[in-house]
Amino acid sequence: MSKTLFDKIWDKHVVTTMEDGPTQLYIDRMYCHEVTSPQAFEGLRKRGLNVFRPKQITCMPDHNIPTIHQDKPIQDPVSRNQVDTLTRNACDFGLEYYPMGHPLNGVIHVAGPENGLSLPGMTIVCGDSHTSTHGALGAIAFGIGTSEVEMVLATQCVLQPRPKTMRISVTGKLGKYVGAKDMALYIISKIGTGGATGYFVEYAGDTVQSLSMEGRLTLCNLSIESGARGGMIAPDETTFEYVKGREFAPKGEKWERILAYWRTLKTDAAAVFDKEFEFRAEDIQPMITYGTNPGMGMSIDDAIPAATGTLRATPLQYMGFVEGERLIGKPVDYVFLGSCTNGRIEDFRAFASIVKGKKKAPDIVAWLVPGSWQVNRQIREEGLDKILEEAGFEIRQPGCSACLAMNDDKVPAGKYAVSTSNRNFEGRQGPGARTILAGPFVAAAAAITGKITDPRKLNIVL
Amino acid sequence: MEKFKKLTSPIIPLPIENVDTDQIIPARFLKATTREGFGNNLFADWRYEKDGTPKKDFVLNNPVYQGTILVAGKNFGSGSSREHAAWAIAGYGFKVVVSSFFADIFKNNAMNNFVLPVVVSESFLAEIFESVKKDLKMTLTVDLENQQITNNATGKFEIFVINAYKKECFLKGFDDIDYLLSKKEDILSYEQTNN
Repeated sequence: MSKTLFDKIWDKHVVTTMEDGPTQLYIDRMYCHEVTSPQAFEGLRKRGLNVFRPKQITCMPDHNIPTIHQDKPIQDPVSRNQVDTLTRNACDFGLEYYPMGHPLNGVIHVAGPENGLSLPGMTIVCGDSHTSTHGALGAIAFGIGTSEVEMVLATQCVLQPRPKTMRISVTGKLGKYVGAKDMALYIISKIGTGGATGYFVEYAGDTVQSLSMEGRLTLCNLSIESGARGGMIAPDETTFEYVKGREFAPKGEKWERILAYWRTLKTDAAAVFDKEFEFRAEDIQPMITYGTNPGMGMSIDDAIPAATGTLRATPLQYMGFVEGERLIGKPVDYVFLGSCTNGRIEDFRAFASIVKGKKKAPDIVAWLVPGSWQVNRQIREEGLDKILEEAGFEIRQPGCSACLAMNDDKVPAGKYAVSTSNRNFEGRQGPGARTILAGPFVAAAAAITGKITDPRKLNIVL
Repeated sequence: MEKFKKLTSPIIPLPIENVDTDQIIPARFLKATTREGFGNNLFADWRYEKDGTPKKDFVLNNPVYQGTILVAGKNFGSGSSREHAAWAIAGYGFKVVVSSFFADIFKNNAMNNFVLPVVVSESFLAEIFESVKKDLKMTLTVDLENQQITNNATGKFEIFVINAYKKECFLKGFDDIDYLLSKKEDILSYEQTNN
């Protein structure tokens, strides 16, 4: 029988099934961060259980950690306690742990793949909705709640209803300054924040195949913003090239053997999806959001569309925008480059390519936060730090940072932030903060002009 | 764990769509290391002024509305996987959340905390919001055994879907970990076959 990529990996991980109930799914790797794991470890202790497969669990703090002075203890006592709790749990249960400041530490969804811990064909979970990121390697990766984290700690399994399958195909050539983030925001704006709820998405088509691994990770990262359980891309030479030689990737004979298996991980030609969408790359422009969910996105030079739906709060009021308004030229206050969405080396290259030889706008507060220490090292190896510093930018230390403002990187109430992160929910970047989501090119253009600027027209504007 | 069979209660109406988990419980409240105490911060930014005084116009601050059933607009619980959202809802005292559509992870999290998510049709949901406008103390009855939800103001009812396994969990008060621990042999044999 013809199978989709999703079916092949899912079926291989089924331990038991029950009639009219969820599947018992075996999990190859789980990541734990400090926010969604303490209660799971506590539950384990209460039940008198040990971690069943400690070698398959990797822990690192990322949500709470400051992005400066990581060599010093965390100032906020509540954040410090949460991070210390993770340290203690990892130590007590004998789990692999990369503390703040460790060379392999970073935002889990950046550090995991780049350390070779997430591999094609795996099932991967974490108490974090953006776990969908790891699907870019050709894995089934999805976010779970803390009770489910406890289940994996105790049994290396979760109970999951089998999701339906969806294929989103994008074909054609992306325009200049249009990247994976714009693709994702475009797709979400078309299918809505609940458009893929109940589905597992496979991204396909020549545009997707032409993306670098970093771009694919960005695209899959945002799957959850359309409600999808996860997103994935069939592994190919780009994937294998990316994985090869990474710290924990298989090596030698093991590599050859597993590579042969990975090459079988693709959707069969005759396989049928429960739902399909097709988009054209040429229709995608640099994107921005204007509202308070990631589905409220538009091309950067569009006007804000009229509201649809009867029962809605007042996202435009929250944002201080009105229907029909164009946002080009709108002054902004903050720019954030980073997060599990856009904190990778390619995002820093993109940002640097725009700001090279120019200067940061004087009133803009810019936070440039590498997704991991490895990204940080690469920034310096490639000399991007010089370009950024000459343009008046400072590079901070890795962490989730202003994406959800659990540390000190908070956007004040009423201020506008052009953010390369994943959510523009009310208060996400700080109480009252107004978030405009965008890719690294648009963020860089805003950082040097101080306003919403189309990166394609930058040289005309200046 | 607490069992659930049948419940009749007045409702708390929240006719807003796409209520995301950052609204249910903002990230700054996620720093606790226990499951308790989140109910006080449920919908914190809609519920309290900056200085912590309750916002008069928010439904949870209106003493007329009492009850253990939350009724919300479609796509409830989108966004983050934080189970703190389910803990906040359970901690506040809700036993049931009714909407026409739930985000997947939230739905799992709610069920793992014995909060029953009940999916109804758009029209049934709209009618509940109409009923509560006319009678603030109108009630719903949620009967899990028969998978039936009734708007007692109109007498209309709908059948809701829940898989047989989860229904059994609610009726008997056992959870997924109990179940998975009983499957250890299967897990070991899976590992042997696949290594």
